Amino acid sequence: MTRETAILPQAIPTRAIKPQTIKYVVKPLVFASALMPLAWVAWTAVASGLGPTGPLGANPIEYINRFLGDWAIRFLLLALAVTPVRGITSWTFLIRFRRMIGLFAFFYACMHLSSYIVLDQFFDWTEIWKDITKRNYITVGMVNFVLLASLAATSTNGMIKRLGAKRWTKLHKLIYVIGIAACLHFYMMRKGVQLEPIIYAGICAVLLAYRVAAHLKKKARAGRAENPDRAGAGAAHR
Amino acid sequence: MLVKFSKASDVKPSEITSKAFYLDRRRFLKTAAVAGAGAAFGTIAAPVFAAKGNPRVKLSGVRKSKWTQEALGEELTDYGPITKYNNFYEFGAGKTDPAEYSQDFKTKPWSLTIDGAVEKPGVYDLEDFLKPHQLEERVYRMRCVEAWSMVIPWVGIPLGDIIKRVGLKSDAKYVAFETLLDPEQMRGQRRPVLKWPYKEGLRIDEAMNPLTIMAVGLYGEVMPNQNGAPFRLVVPWKYGFKSIKSIVRMTFRPDMPPTAWNVASSREYGFYSNVNPTVNHPRWSQAKERRIGDFFKRPTLMFNGYKEEVAGMYAGMDLMKLY
Repeated sequence: MTRETAILPQAIPTRAIKPQTIKYVVKPLVFASALMPLAWVAWTAVASGLGPTGPLGANPIEYINRFLGDWAIRFLLLALAVTPVRGITSWTFLIRFRRMIGLFAFFYACMHLSSYIVLDQFFDWTEIWKDITKRNYITVGMVNFVLLASLAATSTNGMIKRLGAKRWTKLHKLIYVIGIAACLHFYMMRKGVQLEPIIYAGICAVLLAYRVAAHLKKKARAGRAENPDRAGAGAAHR
Repeated sequence: MLVKFSKASDVKPSEITSKAFYLDRRRFLKTAAVAGAGAAFGTIAAPVFAAKGNPRVKLSGVRKSKWTQEALGEELTDYGPITKYNNFYEFGAGKTDPAEYSQDFKTKPWSLTIDGAVEKPGVYDLEDFLKPHQLEERVYRMRCVEAWSMVIPWVGIPLGDIIKRVGLKSDAKYVAFETLLDPEQMRGQRRPVLKWPYKEGLRIDEAMNPLTIMAVGLYGEVMPNQNGAPFRLVVPWKYGFKSIKSIVRMTFRPDMPPTAWNVASSREYGFYSNVNPTVNHPRWSQAKERRIGDFFKRPTLMFNGYKEEVAGMYAGMDLMKLY
C-alpha cells in the first residue's frame, strides 16, 4: 500500500468526516487515548511505589513489562487492521490514522524494551547481551524491534520522498514480518499452550489473509481483463 | 579465638528481621486467629480444610520446627503476594487467576489414594489420614522456574513420616503424585495448556529427605485454595512446579514417573528440576531471581540454598544433563 495521504491526497467522501475535523479534533483525540495505557501504568506504578501489595500485583516489574508489550502488539495489529477495515467499510479516512497507530506500536515497543532494560535487568548489559544471543524469544523480540525502528525512522513524508514511493512501499511491507514475529515472540515467552498468544496470532493471521485474498482477487481480475485478448489471439492462430 | 564457619543457610546479621516486622506478624496472626476462632476448636486434629468460600482459618496445634524464619534469616513474603500471585494453571494461566477462580473449590471431603509398592495401600479420607500426624511450621524459600522467589511459612508434615506409615516395598524407587482432575471446578483444565491431570514425581530418597513436606497450610492457617489446598507437596530445593498441588493420588513405583512439565517440554523441564543457577532454562537465565517485593534481583543459590541438606543425593550425577 502506498501512503496515499502523503503523496496523493485523496478526496475524502463528503458524507465522511471533514479533513479539518480529523486534523484538529479526531487525531488529537486518538493521540491522547493512545497515551492512556501508558499514563495509567506509569501513574499506578509511581503511586504504589512498585511494592508487592499494590494494584499492579505482587510482581509489578513483570506486570509493567507485559502490559507495555501487550499494548505494542495491540497497536501493531491495529495498524495492520487499517487496510482490511478500510477495504470492507470503504472508510477511506482511516488511512489518515495508520501512521500514527504504527508509530504508537513503535512507541510502546520502545517502552516495553526500556522496562526490560531498566526495571527488569537494571542496565546489566552482560545479562542483556546473553539474553539477546541465547534466549530465542528475546532474540526474536530484539530483531523485531530493530525492524520496527527502521519503519518508524522512514515514516516521515520527507523519507517517503527520498526513498521514492515504490521503494518505500516495498520496505514497509516488512510490517507483515514484524506482525508475525511479534506474535511469535509472545507465544514463545509463555509456558505451555496458552490461549492469549494464540488469539493474537489468529487476529494477525486473519489480517494477513485478507491481503493475500485481496491480492489473488486483483490478479484474477487482471487475468480476466487480459484473457479475452489472449483467447482471441489463440482462436486466430487456429 | 572464636572461629565461626558459616553455612549458606545461616543467618547473616544484616538479614535478621527487625522486631517491628516480627511484632507486626504476631499482630497479624492474632487478627487472623480471631477471624478464624469460630472454626478452630483447639483440638489436636486441626481443621485442615477450608470451608466453602475459602475463608482464613487458623490451624491449631502447629509445632515450630528447626526451619524457622529466624534460622533462615530472610524476611517472610507477605500473605497478600503469596496468595494473590500464583502459578496454578488448573485455575487459569494468569497470576491472579488462581486467587480469583478457586474461591469455591471444594476441598472437603477429600479422598487420597495411596497405591503401588506399599504395605498399606488404600483410599483414605484425607482428614482421617492426617489425624495421627503432628503439624509443624517450615519456613522455606520458594524459587519459581520463572526466576522469582518468595519466603513462605508452610504448615505441614514430613513426607518421610507418611512413607514410614504406609510402609514401602522393596521395589518402590519413585513416588508419583497426581492432582485432582475436575474441569467443572478447575476451569483451567478445560483447555489443553498441559496434559491434565498434573503429575509430578520424586525419587524415594528425595521424598524421604527431611526437607520434603506435605503441606496443608501457610502462615499458621489452612491452605488457601489458590496455594494448592487441601494437600500439596513442598520440595524447597527444586523449582516451584515440582511442588504439586491439590494431590489426590500418590503411587509408589519402581520406574521414573512422567511429570507434567517434562511431558510438555522435556528440553526445558527435567525430572529433577533442582534449582541450579548454572543450568539455564533455554528461554531465560536462572542465575538470578527477583524476590517478590524487591527491585533488584539477587543471585540464585545452588539447590536454592539447601545444598548442605540435599547435595549428597546427587553426588556423581551430571547436573548439566540431569537437570
